[in-house]
Amino acid sequence: MRKILIIFAHPRLENSRVNIRLLEKIPDRENITLHDLYETYPDFNIDVEQEKSMLSANEIILWHHPLYWYSAPPLLKQWIDMVLEFGWAYGTGGTALKDKIIFNAFTSGGNKEAYCPEGYNCFTIFDFMRPFEQTARLCLMEYLPPFAVMGTNQMKEAEIARAAMDYGNLLETLSNGDFDVKNALSATYLNDIL
Amino acid sequence: MAAEANFLAQSTVFLAAAVICVPIAKRLGLGSVLGYLIAGMLIGPFILGFIGDEREEIMHFAEFGVVIMLFLIGLELEPDKLWRLRKQILGIGAVQVVATSAIIFTAGLLLGLLWQSSLAIALGLSLSSTAIVLQTLNEKELMQTDGGQNSFSVLLFQDIAVIPILALLPLLAVKGLKDQAAENETILEGLPLGLQTLGVLAAVALIFLVGRYLVVPVLRMIARSRVRELFMGTALLIVVSIAYLMQLVGLSAALGTFLAGVILANSEYRHQLESDLEPVKGLLLGLFFIAVGASIDFALVAAKPLLIVSLTLALMAVKFLVLFLIGRFFMLSLSQNFLFSFSLAQAGEFGFVIFAFVSELGVATSETLGIGMSIVALSMTITPLLFIINEKIIQPRLCDRSSEESELPHDVVEEKNQVIIAGFGHFGATVGRFLRANGVEATYIDNDPDQVNLLRTLGFKVYYGDATRPDFLLSAGAAEARVFVSALPSPDENYDLAETLEEFFPNLEIMMRAKNRYDAYEFVDMGLKNIYRETLDTSLRLGADVLIKLGRRAYASKRAGQTFLKQDEQAMWELAEHRHDRERYISEARARIKYQEEVIKRDMEVEQLPVDHAWDSEPLIKSSRES
Repeated sequence: MRKILIIFAHPRLENSRVNIRLLEKIPDRENITLHDLYETYPDFNIDVEQEKSMLSANEIILWHHPLYWYSAPPLLKQWIDMVLEFGWAYGTGGTALKDKIIFNAFTSGGNKEAYCPEGYNCFTIFDFMRPFEQTARLCLMEYLPPFAVMGTNQMKEAEIARAAMDYGNLLETLSNGDFDVKNALSATYLNDIL
Repeated sequence: MAAEANFLAQSTVFLAAAVICVPIAKRLGLGSVLGYLIAGMLIGPFILGFIGDEREEIMHFAEFGVVIMLFLIGLELEPDKLWRLRKQILGIGAVQVVATSAIIFTAGLLLGLLWQSSLAIALGLSLSSTAIVLQTLNEKELMQTDGGQNSFSVLLFQDIAVIPILALLPLLAVKGLKDQAAENETILEGLPLGLQTLGVLAAVALIFLVGRYLVVPVLRMIARSRVRELFMGTALLIVVSIAYLMQLVGLSAALGTFLAGVILANSEYRHQLESDLEPVKGLLLGLFFIAVGASIDFALVAAKPLLIVSLTLALMAVKFLVLFLIGRFFMLSLSQNFLFSFSLAQAGEFGFVIFAFVSELGVATSETLGIGMSIVALSMTITPLLFIINEKIIQPRLCDRSSEESELPHDVVEEKNQVIIAGFGHFGATVGRFLRANGVEATYIDNDPDQVNLLRTLGFKVYYGDATRPDFLLSAGAAEARVFVSALPSPDENYDLAETLEEFFPNLEIMMRAKNRYDAYEFVDMGLKNIYRETLDTSLRLGADVLIKLGRRAYASKRAGQTFLKQDEQAMWELAEHRHDRERYISEARARIKYQEEVIKRDMEVEQLPVDHAWDSEPLIKSSRES
């Protein structure tokens, strides 16, 4: 059993088609916590100490968000800026997050073809994830490949249901602890380890 | 009837002289003191002759202004500040009195006076004029400078020194003349010396105890009764009764009220006492100066002009030199030393008192005393001129040395906050607590005695008083503050306050609490820029929370609240502009309904929920499906 913290950032969940479905499939388990940033901090005034103690209490962290303009919504960036303090998360004596597992679980309107040198976004999704990857590395965390739900603009109902199911299964697997980190690291997407 | 008519005639003469002369003197840059003195000379027996023999009586009565002034000075001086001044008071003060007296005494002997007369006159002339010096220093705002503080210390010592001097004089009485003071009878007279001392100590202790434990509760009770003139009456009662007590035991009334002032300096009623007594003091001092001006015996001066003028100048030169050397020794900077020495170079009102006493004792001849009195009056009259010489000629020459001035006066640190909050109810208190939590201390003023009392016990600097009075605002530091939070509960009071502030303290940034929209319109009309309707933010916050309770997302709800707030503020400014046109045609009640209608209509025109196109994927989805 491993404790999972889902840090969720979505400024307009009320209009969401896909993310709302992903949330519905989060297993109702004691060791999985959904932390809805926009609902908790509508005024962007993040309680840093509270956040730090939540991070300390969990082993696997998810940044769950839609991809807006090749990045996360602003409150998640604010969260990174405020919470990952020098001397705590990184830098001298900053070892609080050492060896914790972290990854992005994101949805994107464009599909995988759009995110490649030939596509209209020119770069791969991994290029755009670099800032998160390096943030995790600086904090001495194990950064896993992302769980990606891509091409949501054109998704049919069945595909959405399938993606939601995958998300639920992934969380179940991770929370049970029956997965191999090396195996996960070598996957392209975490969707593939299921 | 005759006495009454006489009183009215006299009052008319005095007030008219003051009203005419003082503004002219001030206009010419001579200061109010000189204005009063000139007024006195004009109406005195030697020029216009409006007043004659009664001037001594008037002077005696008007001296009470000095007593009130010392009470007010005491109020400004908290006990620990007074304690810090002890070296200056005892050191500089004692040296000044002893050295000056010694020189004048020697001069008197050389001029062929009896040693007794010479000593009495020397002691009388060594003292300076508390009234003129402190009034002038206050008017020129020099009290907090080093020179001002030292002048004050010397004057305080002189006030104390008067007591032993008056006690000593009878011993000088020339044999064969009555050796008992007719005036100055005290209840302690005839008692053994030990008991007399005990009586004096008991009186001082009484002032301390009453000031400490009785006055503040009484003031609180009076303040709660909300009868304004009664507060002033109580203030006068404090001063008058202490003066009376001091007279009974043979101490200086000024000293007693000064002590009472110091004891009350920490109380929340300090500013209110100040602003209530200030005008009374000003008028009485004015009267006093007029009487001094009127008492100059121009006939005597005309008879012996050379003698009197040269003696006056010699006296002032001696006093100046002694003071200057003392200033040197106590390491005053050059410019502060000039201020200090010019300030105290005159003889003062105690000179009159001592000379009057001396004449009764027969220590000196009446001719000598007449000359002495003229010298005192003349030197007092010259003093304001000396201040002007110092200010206009001496100080500018010292300007290049101004570096040494740059260090601030350190002895008396006045609490002058950048923020003043009027009204310490729930509204003002929340603002104040928030500022304090962020390291900003404010000065608070409130007119609810219970509230003031409670907050002072919690360590807030709260003062009791009527915030709409300019003199009270001034003593609360409105001239130095930057921001004024007007948080009184009543819109009318806030309105009056804002008008006062705009008129007297135009450089203050006014932050105005408004009750509601209509209230706010009034402030918009007034030209205020920072208007805060007290119910607006709260009701919108509540409204947003209702949306959240109904299941809306928190972020969207809060943003909706903020957007609404912004639009409503904007509507307030726009509607305030037009409302006068409408008011001309319809009644106020109907106008209000009309406003309400306009506001609601406007709401309907504007979309309330923010449309976040940034996060709206509909068009994207549509376009990508079409492609």
